[in-house]
Amino acid sequence: MLIYAVKRLSVAILVALTVSLLTFSMIYLSGDPAMALAGEAATQADIENIRRVYGYDQPIYVQYFDWLGNALKGNLGQSHYLNSPVSEVIFTRLPVTMILGASALSFGLLLAIPLGVLAAMRPNTLIDRFALGLAVIGQALPSFWFALIMIFFFGVALRWLPITGSDSWLNFVMPSIALGYYITPAVMRLTRAGMIEVLSSDYIRTARAKGLRPSIVLFKHALRNAIIPVVSLAAVQFGFMLGGSIVIETIFAINGLGQLAWESILRADLPMMQAIVLVLSCFYIILTLVADILNAFLDPRIRVS
Amino acid sequence: MTDGSIKSRTGVHIEDRIIDEPSPGERARKRMFSHVGFMIGGFVLLVIIALAFLAPLISPHDPLDQQLARKLIPPIWHDHLKVTWAHPLGTDQFGRDYLSRLIHGSQISLLIGFSAMLISGVIGTALGVAAGYFGGRVDMVVNFLITTRLSMPVILVALAVVSLVGNSLTIVIWVLGLLIWDRFAVVMRSTTQQVRNLDYVVAAQAIGCSVPRIIFTEIMPNIVNNLIVVATIEMAHAIILEAALSFLGLGVQPPAPSWGLMIAEGKNHMLFDPWLIGIPGTALFILILAINLLGDGIRDVTAPENRN
Repeated sequence: MLIYAVKRLSVAILVALTVSLLTFSMIYLSGDPAMALAGEAATQADIENIRRVYGYDQPIYVQYFDWLGNALKGNLGQSHYLNSPVSEVIFTRLPVTMILGASALSFGLLLAIPLGVLAAMRPNTLIDRFALGLAVIGQALPSFWFALIMIFFFGVALRWLPITGSDSWLNFVMPSIALGYYITPAVMRLTRAGMIEVLSSDYIRTARAKGLRPSIVLFKHALRNAIIPVVSLAAVQFGFMLGGSIVIETIFAINGLGQLAWESILRADLPMMQAIVLVLSCFYIILTLVADILNAFLDPRIRVS
Repeated sequence: MTDGSIKSRTGVHIEDRIIDEPSPGERARKRMFSHVGFMIGGFVLLVIIALAFLAPLISPHDPLDQQLARKLIPPIWHDHLKVTWAHPLGTDQFGRDYLSRLIHGSQISLLIGFSAMLISGVIGTALGVAAGYFGGRVDMVVNFLITTRLSMPVILVALAVVSLVGNSLTIVIWVLGLLIWDRFAVVMRSTTQQVRNLDYVVAAQAIGCSVPRIIFTEIMPNIVNNLIVVATIEMAHAIILEAALSFLGLGVQPPAPSWGLMIAEGKNHMLFDPWLIGIPGTALFILILAINLLGDGIRDVTAPENRN
């Protein structure tokens, strides 16, 4: 178990380093970062000055290691626009996005797992067809459009829910649905497939033959095993959701990391963009690392391979 | 086979039932034509492709022609004074014919979806097949690349890159193509692993076939079904991503009639003219649904045992 954990951790660190390298190289995508920063009216002397102040005159690998060293110390640089440390701004915005992500994940799982279990209990019946149909429709619904449709019906026409802002929990209802429904198809299919497989296994037959109550067989024996792959999928999807929250947060004007990312992109605030990509990527890496180790703990077969 | 049997070359009668049994191809075709999702999805997709190709011929107006005198005419099913058959789906806030924009918009969605899928398909398949066939170090490296790619949020990176490099149709296609190859690599890797130890591959290795020959003539034909299924998923994925990018203003630029952009432009008029976002959104939904149904259908038809 320990060997597996150490191996998995070293891969995670390598991935994080590669991501940091890619993120760092983003500043050279637009050509000369000093020229971009100086603007169009700048003289050659201005550009040289900026190059020196921001360290763009150093060799690239020196710049990278400086940046990485600072990032490891928690210093992600200074925002070009807000004139305050990037990490400070990110930490004030992060909780909102986490709340949104967590409630979206809960919504998605609470919809997907019961549907998947029901569909697996009665395969090829009406409920199964309904669940599969819902999955097919859900997959084809662009989340930003779905969000606008919800705004129109529940915000504008019926006036049940607030359209913008992040002040009360009511503000999070529509964004969570818009962000969370997207994971339902994948989670539901996986739950259904896992449950169908487990329900036809020998130990379930034994449990039933012993005369255990169907609910105990279903939840204690079957679901516990069928849910293991769902754990990793949920971790992966949670990471994707934080990345995808940029669209939803922009639509609902939620004051989180996604909107910060969007604003920074519009302002060409490079240090902020880099930091957000890095933070979200690292978060995903940690999430999948924890899920993998948790899985290996739950299922000893994974550790060996 | 009019008499129900034929003579083989040696003169022995081959029994009818062997001849009359449907070939695997015939069976697959039968499954194909009786698969509702496959037929509906395929038909709708064909219609949309036809509309895209015939767009200049069939659209009633120029999609870019602005006539402020006829702006915001509602579609024909609305009970409204301005409603006219000259603009069956109405006009937008600049007086551009919505039906013409919708038809021309299908070109953008299909072009970006198909090209980005092609780019990511080439990258992902090359990586996945190499990892699955060679295993060992190659597999480790490819796995590492996949993990790295997955850990970077697609939309965020795409938005950042497009904002830094500048946005044009070509750039959007390349950025999406370079970002969404992960599923191709994952699926192709595992399918190649399954195929590479089968007898016919081992036999080809034993008679000394070259590696490219084994990969292209022995392995590829047997994983192409899965490849097509992933291709449909990724094409739909690319189309949704393009719409999202254009919706946020960093994809296809105005005045091009991208569906995502049309939704963004209609957003400000959503309160009184909700059809401005309803129509392009529905078009997007139908296109994605058709591609997904077709993909699910292909999976069911070619490998019914892999259902769910």
